[in-house]
Amino acid sequence: MRVALFITCVNDTLFPGTGQAVVTLLRRLGCDVEFPRAQTCCGQMHVNTGYPEEGTRLARHFVDVFAGYDAVVAPSGSCAAMVREQYPRLARVTTASFAGEVAEMVPKVYDLSEFLVDVLGVTDVGAYFPHRVTYHPTCHSLRGLHLGDRPTRLLEQVRGLELVPLPGAEECCGFGGTFAVKNPAISAAMCGDKVRNVTSTGAEVLCAADNSCLMHIGGTLNRQRAGVRIMHLAEILATTEATR
Amino acid sequence: MSGGNTFLGMPAFPRNAAAAVQDSQLRFNLRKATHTIRGKRASVVAELPDWTELRAAGKEIKDHTLRNLERYLLQMEEAVTAAGGHVHWAADAEEANRIVADLVKATGETSVVKVKSMATQEIGLNEALQAEGITAYETDLAELIVQLGDDWPSHILVPAIHRNRSEIREIFHDKMADWGRAAPEGLTDEPRDLADAARLHLRERFLSTKVAVSGANFMIAETGTLVVLESEGNGRMCLTLPETLISVVGIEKLLPSWRDLEVFLQLLPRSSTGERMNPYTSTWTGAVEGQEFHLVLLDNGRTQVLADEVGRQALRCIRCSACLNVCPVYERAGGHAYGSVYPGPIGAILTPQLRGMGSALDASLPYASTLCGACFEACPVAIDIPEVLVHLRGKARHPRTERLGMRAAGWVFNRPARLARAQRLGGRLRRFVPERLPGPLSAWTDTRDIPDIPAESFRDWWNRTDGGAR
Repeated sequence: MRVALFITCVNDTLFPGTGQAVVTLLRRLGCDVEFPRAQTCCGQMHVNTGYPEEGTRLARHFVDVFAGYDAVVAPSGSCAAMVREQYPRLARVTTASFAGEVAEMVPKVYDLSEFLVDVLGVTDVGAYFPHRVTYHPTCHSLRGLHLGDRPTRLLEQVRGLELVPLPGAEECCGFGGTFAVKNPAISAAMCGDKVRNVTSTGAEVLCAADNSCLMHIGGTLNRQRAGVRIMHLAEILATTEATR
Repeated sequence: MSGGNTFLGMPAFPRNAAAAVQDSQLRFNLRKATHTIRGKRASVVAELPDWTELRAAGKEIKDHTLRNLERYLLQMEEAVTAAGGHVHWAADAEEANRIVADLVKATGETSVVKVKSMATQEIGLNEALQAEGITAYETDLAELIVQLGDDWPSHILVPAIHRNRSEIREIFHDKMADWGRAAPEGLTDEPRDLADAARLHLRERFLSTKVAVSGANFMIAETGTLVVLESEGNGRMCLTLPETLISVVGIEKLLPSWRDLEVFLQLLPRSSTGERMNPYTSTWTGAVEGQEFHLVLLDNGRTQVLADEVGRQALRCIRCSACLNVCPVYERAGGHAYGSVYPGPIGAILTPQLRGMGSALDASLPYASTLCGACFEACPVAIDIPEVLVHLRGKARHPRTERLGMRAAGWVFNRPARLARAQRLGGRLRRFVPERLPGPLSAWTDTRDIPDIPAESFRDWWNRTDGGAR
């Protein structure tokens, strides 16, 4: 099986450690992962902000880059959801051939936890992380991809990890891409409530499957000197007794 | 959507919301009310094993009706006329207001009672009647509070959600006398006392007013029947006591048959008040027992919405307000920030389609959402609100700086080499990034730190180490 890593532009640029963790983790599980170097961005920011032409151009590029692979794994619920939910809509108003390429692409795109649980069939990935962790499910993972309990099943198998439930977990953190700067007051109010719920758990680490939401919540936690750090799911799953 | 000009000239959503978010009373009221209804809705929806099928049926029935709207509207007109009613067609707010004002004037009356009707708020009927010397009296309890308080509704189902009981007591105490029977001496803010005061005030109004204006939740084309669902019984009195009844109904409210109504009588109460069934369901067909009946079929932008293949799903809406009660943005901004009788997620897709996106406010509404998807999940007729929001954003006018920024980002993302160069530049300048960013980006750093920019991007790491092999 040819597996490609879709790093996503946010991870590529700001959170390379998450990509390195995905590579480490997948290799440990016996999966050889390739990084197609021509990849850039899925186009989510453009489409969701109201620039469908630019978004469609990036979608075409994505499909060209990843067409030859059996599986495309992304450490981001919202970017995977972008391909799965929005590409078919964008394709509907372009050409029939692009719509066909998208239809072929969509079932091959996985969020990391889907790939681990559904394709590789593992929940115990041999990780060790002796910390108190709470998990924020993020909207696109929860309501877009319907990841359900896959991420928490993976976390529950991590040795040493104490998983504490997050009150109001299913509520949006207020990031919403450009919403965070277009409606900063509401975004901050939503994040204020999210952060209050996070700190109420007494967790050291806030974990999620999307670094863009984590960047927003983490930025607020940092500003408040809350003493809670953010970690992508991949980074926790990649950690073993040997590597920590 | 014209008329209802109380909202004209309002600033864009972000400014309205920024003010509302600091109103501690509003935040408290909204949090309490939306979370309570949210919980009730969730439990009565969960107890129906066939909710998914009901939801799919509701969507299908509405889509079928909208696809064949012309046929069902003509059937409705024919059936109402055959049952002794009169049918009027109104293309826009102005025409609808003209028709209603003329009908009232023809009776020689100068006052009307109203049962809560969003369509008449949409067209600004009360103001239009006032200009003709006719006073409209709201009789839904919450609408009464809004009217006495010279206020705007802020929720579809509970229009006075932004008021608490002591505020309501003040309003009753100060204003009831101006509108009819005064509030009793020694009125307290106990809910029972407040309800008694409203009952006395309204009862006098019901018994003395000869013309009523209503809306409707549904119209059944096969028999020409109108249906109103309510909780208080005030609507029932409005519909039955007066000698003339004028119903103003949006053309999308049609259902083909009584069998279809069965689906919606399950979907609507459970989604709106979180009840298995609402206390009062009134149905009437044409002129009943000597009462004169007029039906005003209102377009006011709806056929234009129908022409949009993605946006038309908004016309399935049955005004249950489940999307408002689960929306984290509505919960913090409140209804007034949306500048429309249709607030919350449904308002964010309905208002810009009905009114167009010419004003700053209307153009900002599709952006009043994080696209979290809670609204779509709660919608009993499966309106994919995030899909329509994104669709409308694609049609909105964008600020110049944003356009330039997006074009630049698109240029960078179009070539991997450009992205790599931009990342390396960022890596080199990482030490110089200020804690507070300038311009529009200050909206980020006002409340959040920015992440540390890494010295090396993932792609450079991969290239340098051959994917970690070296």
